Amino acid sequence: MSAFEVRRKDADTVSVLYLKGYLDAHTAPDFEQALQNLVDENRVCIVVNMEELSYISSAGLGVFMGFIEDIRTKGGDIKLAELTEKVYRVFDLLGFPVLYDIFEKEMEAIEKYKEG
Amino acid sequence: MVTRNAEYKLHIPSQTDNLELIRNFVSGVAKKVGFGNEDINKIELALDEACTNVIEHAYRDLDKGDIDIAIKVDYQKFVILVTDKGKSFPFKELEIPDMKQYLAELRVGGLGVYLMKSLMDEVEYHSEPGVKNEVRMVKYFLNKD
Repeated sequence: MSAFEVRRKDADTVSVLYLKGYLDAHTAPDFEQALQNLVDENRVCIVVNMEELSYISSAGLGVFMGFIEDIRTKGGDIKLAELTEKVYRVFDLLGFPVLYDIFEKEMEAIEKYKEG
Repeated sequence: MVTRNAEYKLHIPSQTDNLELIRNFVSGVAKKVGFGNEDINKIELALDEACTNVIEHAYRDLDKGDIDIAIKVDYQKFVILVTDKGKSFPFKELEIPDMKQYLAELRVGGLGVYLMKSLMDEVEYHSEPGVKNEVRMVKYFLNKD
């Protein structure tokens, strides 16, 4: 089993990325590529589902920071969903909840886009 | 019985694909000496950040290098020393004085140093240019936050 996997599901105008395993300096480029692919396809309404993400370091957090401005400029957003307590603590330590919409359930994040 | 007067060492090539091994090493030792899950997670992340800095900054332009990790445990504290022989790291410059301001500016980078300082009780950086760089991080056993 690889240390990190990113799967994608497109549902209408929203794309969901499912992260699994460890998101560190070794695996962050895979996540970066997945986000870049979405931006290239102009699919900028993004939900990142982290239910199966067991670990994140600043290299992973840096990927979110690196894309958020560009994606919001294009009218989209990166919304976060289903974070485990361990992963949420790292986001919280850095004050990310101020900057990103974080939802308990993936569906809530998708609905938020539909509300406009 | 918990062993609290010992030293554990890891000498490992400076590569991102070794980060998982490094985390497993430190979390194994932290568990052995009696830390709970929350502290183990903090220690593991702090060491990942220190080693990521070595890999991505100290040895950035070099083909290869090694990282020396030493964990020294006594009855009061858990000390991690991370040593490399690469370039000095602009540790002070990367300190984030105000996280709200940092986020407002949507800056990238420097989060690792902020995390290390938030997660551990003490973090010091010492560099002897051309000789070695060393990060020393401490977690006290009795510190309850």
